[in-house]
Amino acid sequence: MSLSFDLNLSGGLNRPPQKPYLEEIQDVTVIGAGPAGLSAAIYAKRKGLKTLVIATRVGGQVLDTSAIENYPGFSSISGEELAKQFRNHAGSLGIPMEQQKEVAGITGGESVKTVSLKDGSKIRSRSVIIATGSHHKQLGVPGEGRLKGRGVAYCAICDGPLFQDRTVIVAGGGNAAVEAVIDLSKIAQKVILVHRSQLRADDILVKRMNQLNNVEVHLETPIQEILGDKMVEGVRVIQKATGKENVIKGDGVFVEIGYQSNTKVFEGFLDMNDKNELIVDNQLQTSIPGVFAAGDVIEGPYKQVVISAGDGAKAALAANDYINHIQSGEENKNANIN
Amino acid sequence: MQILTEEVKTQLREILEAMKNEVHLALFTKNGDCPTCEETTGMLKDLEDVTSKVVVHYYDLEKNQQEASEWDVKLTPSIVVLDNNKMYHGIKFNGIPAGHEINSFIKTLLEVSGAGAELPPEAQKRLDAVSTPVNIKVFVTLGCPHCPGAVEKAHKLALSNPHVSSEMIEAQTFHDVSNKFNVSSVPKIVINDEYEFVGDQPLEVFLEEIEKVHMPS
Ligand SMILES: Cc1cc2nc3c(=O)[nH]c(=O)nc-3n(C[C@H](O)[C@H](O)[C@H](O)COP(=O)(O)OP(=O)(O)OC[C@H]3O[C@@H](n4cnc5c(N)ncnc54)[C@H](O)[C@@H]3O)c2cc1C
Repeated sequence: MSLSFDLNLSGGLNRPPQKPYLEEIQDVTVIGAGPAGLSAAIYAKRKGLKTLVIATRVGGQVLDTSAIENYPGFSSISGEELAKQFRNHAGSLGIPMEQQKEVAGITGGESVKTVSLKDGSKIRSRSVIIATGSHHKQLGVPGEGRLKGRGVAYCAICDGPLFQDRTVIVAGGGNAAVEAVIDLSKIAQKVILVHRSQLRADDILVKRMNQLNNVEVHLETPIQEILGDKMVEGVRVIQKATGKENVIKGDGVFVEIGYQSNTKVFEGFLDMNDKNELIVDNQLQTSIPGVFAAGDVIEGPYKQVVISAGDGAKAALAANDYINHIQSGEENKNANIN
Repeated sequence: MQILTEEVKTQLREILEAMKNEVHLALFTKNGDCPTCEETTGMLKDLEDVTSKVVVHYYDLEKNQQEASEWDVKLTPSIVVLDNNKMYHGIKFNGIPAGHEINSFIKTLLEVSGAGAELPPEAQKRLDAVSTPVNIKVFVTLGCPHCPGAVEKAHKLALSNPHVSSEMIEAQTFHDVSNKFNVSSVPKIVINDEYEFVGDQPLEVFLEEIEKVHMPS
């Protein structure tokens, strides 16, 4: 059992809310505080923009990751620690953060947008950066919904410890799946990776997995159903090569098959592709001028911390240009009137 | 044994400044087979260094049976949270609140000290209607980032209604208990050992499940 202490109650907790900034018009409102949102906030604040961050969970998906080994500057860092570094960096610049607040939608005005929160409050802002990230996809097979929380799991670092000395199945073939296999192999008696096609995880991870002696890998083997009465007992699969069906037994199924963008609350307001990812131009501007987007939430195949952080920076710089542009537009207008 | 690093202590000093009244903690440990008993004792000793507003009472589950039965303590380590008048509000942490769970622990100290916010009026009204015993168990693991949110809500409900009690249970330490309740995802919330759900759900879901106990349909 690890005994670290991952404190993330930043100062100000439980003190009476003194938030005059909520009354003022923001230059940039960042929705989301994962790598994309926090990086956008750092860039925006350093440009001198009045910046506000709103997020349900500061740190984002990085918190769900045991170790990150591909973020430059850190050969290996725990997700917890990296999230803390991001948070502290933004915190050191004095960026106000509305934590555990959920955005319910945005409505557009030409120069000022309104961001509505689920608690009913509203924030006005000249520009908005959406960095709401993504959440895990479901397999979509019979048994999955019924056995969720009864052996079907989506967070290896959360639920892994509950499968000590048991057999677990990991569904998926990307980095997240192979990482889950490696983590679970330390706890479970046996880990079985089952994937419908070929592995697409990084070579270095696959090699590490292949060295483990309690891991079994089944490729080209789509899962048809999750089996079990009260608890997961296994999965029914098809072997593509032979067309034969069989059952792989296990006490748990960890689903790690990729991610879906968190865009539901923007439906009807912003253009999305068929995967419900936000469509953006090369300045990361969405279909509404002044509304930018960054990170896992935008269209594109690669969802990574470093990419999200890079996007965040880009979106903040683009928002800065946008604001300078509308401000100089307003000044010109005023000059004409005078 | 020092458990908290100087860095964490410094942060805690700042956060716990917001505590209003004293909070008493009754820690139950036992000799022999008790994983994390020693660490939990060390952690609470460190906490006493950090703030004078936390007063810890050290008990032994076998020797102090009277106190244990008063607060219904059956597991070790277990931390019973009491207010400045040593009044019990039904709030317990079973297992060390380390990892992510330190957040719910600290938040609970602030709440019980009187520095918390009120429940939303609508929720308080629903909760006020509960007049029979309700026990909430929240199973967690220390690596689970969503778990503290669920523990905080359950404890808040206990604090806001004398009929409601709430206990965090660290699923790895108490795997017999977690096996009994088929815990395979955390946070898992079990109400009166009967109604259950998984995940850090909104307060309304907690209330709905509590109402099932209270007014079985
Ligand atoms: C198990 C796992 C392992 C991974 N391993 C790696 C790895 O090794 N290397 C790597 O580079 N990447 C890895 N990733 C991917 C990486 O975590 C993501 O690409 C990255 O976190 C995306 O950043 P983001 O800021 O776009 O979104 P997220 O991290 O998803 O953050 C989204 C933010 O938006 C907030 N939010 C969402 N909806 C709302 C709303 N309506 N209102 C308010 N706030 C909202 C969330 O609370 C959160 O703060 C992993 C992911 C997982 C799950």
